Amino acid sequence: MGTKRLVMDEDAIRRVLYRLSHEITEENKGVDGLMLVGIRTRGVPLAKRLAAMIKEQEKVELPVGILDITFYRDDLTLISPQPVVRSTEIPGRVTDRKIVLVDDVLYTGRTIRAALDALMDLGRPRAIKLAVLIDRGHRQLPIRADYVGKTITTSAGETVQVLLKETDGEDLIYIEEMSSPKMDPPPFPCAGEAEERGEE
Amino acid sequence: MRFSRRCLLGLEDLTAEEIEEILETAVPCKEIIQREVKKLPTLRGWTVATLFYEPSTRTRNSFELAAKWLGADTVNVTIATSSVQKGENFIDTAKTIQALGADFIVLRHSMAGAPWLLARTVDCRVINAGDGAHEHPTQALLDLFTLKERFSSLAGLKVVIVGDIMHSRVAKSNIYGLLKLGATVRVTGPPSLIPPGIERLGVQVVNDLREAVQDADVINVLRIQLERQEKGLFPSLREYARLYGINREVLRIAPRDLVIMHPGPTNLGVEITEEAASDPRSVITTQVTNGVAVRMALLYLMSGGGKSGELLS
Repeated sequence: MGTKRLVMDEDAIRRVLYRLSHEITEENKGVDGLMLVGIRTRGVPLAKRLAAMIKEQEKVELPVGILDITFYRDDLTLISPQPVVRSTEIPGRVTDRKIVLVDDVLYTGRTIRAALDALMDLGRPRAIKLAVLIDRGHRQLPIRADYVGKTITTSAGETVQVLLKETDGEDLIYIEEMSSPKMDPPPFPCAGEAEERGEE
Repeated sequence: MRFSRRCLLGLEDLTAEEIEEILETAVPCKEIIQREVKKLPTLRGWTVATLFYEPSTRTRNSFELAAKWLGADTVNVTIATSSVQKGENFIDTAKTIQALGADFIVLRHSMAGAPWLLARTVDCRVINAGDGAHEHPTQALLDLFTLKERFSSLAGLKVVIVGDIMHSRVAKSNIYGLLKLGATVRVTGPPSLIPPGIERLGVQVVNDLREAVQDADVINVLRIQLERQEKGLFPSLREYARLYGINREVLRIAPRDLVIMHPGPTNLGVEITEEAASDPRSVITTQVTNGVAVRMALLYLMSGGGKSGELLS
């Protein structure tokens, strides 16, 4: 692998999430009707951390849902074998709720497009907002985040690696240059870089 | 190894890992089918054809719903109303279905091996939905899934299969699958319906049902194929019911938490009494629901690599 550039360490990630948790409660004027929904894989621990921080501030435990967007990916016919599908677990109904989608990296926007479709199939939320830890640009769809931890400039030849304690044993975000292009780069990487790192 | 097959012909040639992957994929599929709106965009633009040379309610409808809920279109070819009645042969029928644009053909046929012939004849992905007395892999997969839901691991599980083992494709596929996942399998039934040498597959033969169920975790009750009674393989239905039927008395001998399975359709009063079939320990209706989940998982996993499969290794 190529050179690595640090984007955020453990403390930086904690501070950024703390700010995001405040932005979410401030903009929604409290937590009424809110639900956090993490996109698998690394959006899930992030949503849970945000919920824990909001609980400290507001003394209210927000419901946290888990969304698997695999069935909604737009690149399924371009890859093989099929990506692993896991369960979607939404506590209660999404209809009339204000939902904050949580993901680690916002890149092409295709994951979020899939997540929006997946959520809409479960009901009719009152509103959906998007919170991401990293916005790395290179959007291929008209999608933007409402709450952004950090915006960084990247080139398409770089990957943004997000490591979280819950999934990877440590909190760390870095940019890595791909020394050689991957064997078969998907033309439309739908899932974030973290997803591409693979969970298997 | 990740699942990347274009055809599912039987469980005999699947690895334990491939079976596990299908079962794990069926978990999120089951969540989908419990939703109010059961519809995914995953297989939009795909066409799944069912070609059934033998009658079926569960299997065919379950495949059709699985395909539809994944977003595919379906076409059902039933032999009674098809050109087969005008003398069209199997291969021509298959080629016609391919020419109509089917991406998957789900085949049930009375001849063992018909799905292999089909897989060699057409470019479509092929799923065996029962071939003669040979295999019925998706039935076994849904049985395995139902057991995994209950026991989480099949290792060491004691499963009794009772009935006409000789003519049962359900029994064979179950035996292959259960053994691969580490269960122990005991078969029981009239000696004339137990194929000689079946022990070589790794199963135990116990002639007495009551002895077989004593310490069993699961009993899978096969349908007695009434049409075979004329062939004199067992003396009478009444005797069969007395010796091998699952009833209150058998359930008293068996462990209290025995799981009762039946692939359906049941001949109530023959291989199982109505009371036993509707016992709280019976998972017969769960099996039907799980059949859709498992078939969705399979269609999803087999659709990898694009329609023409150019990305498949």
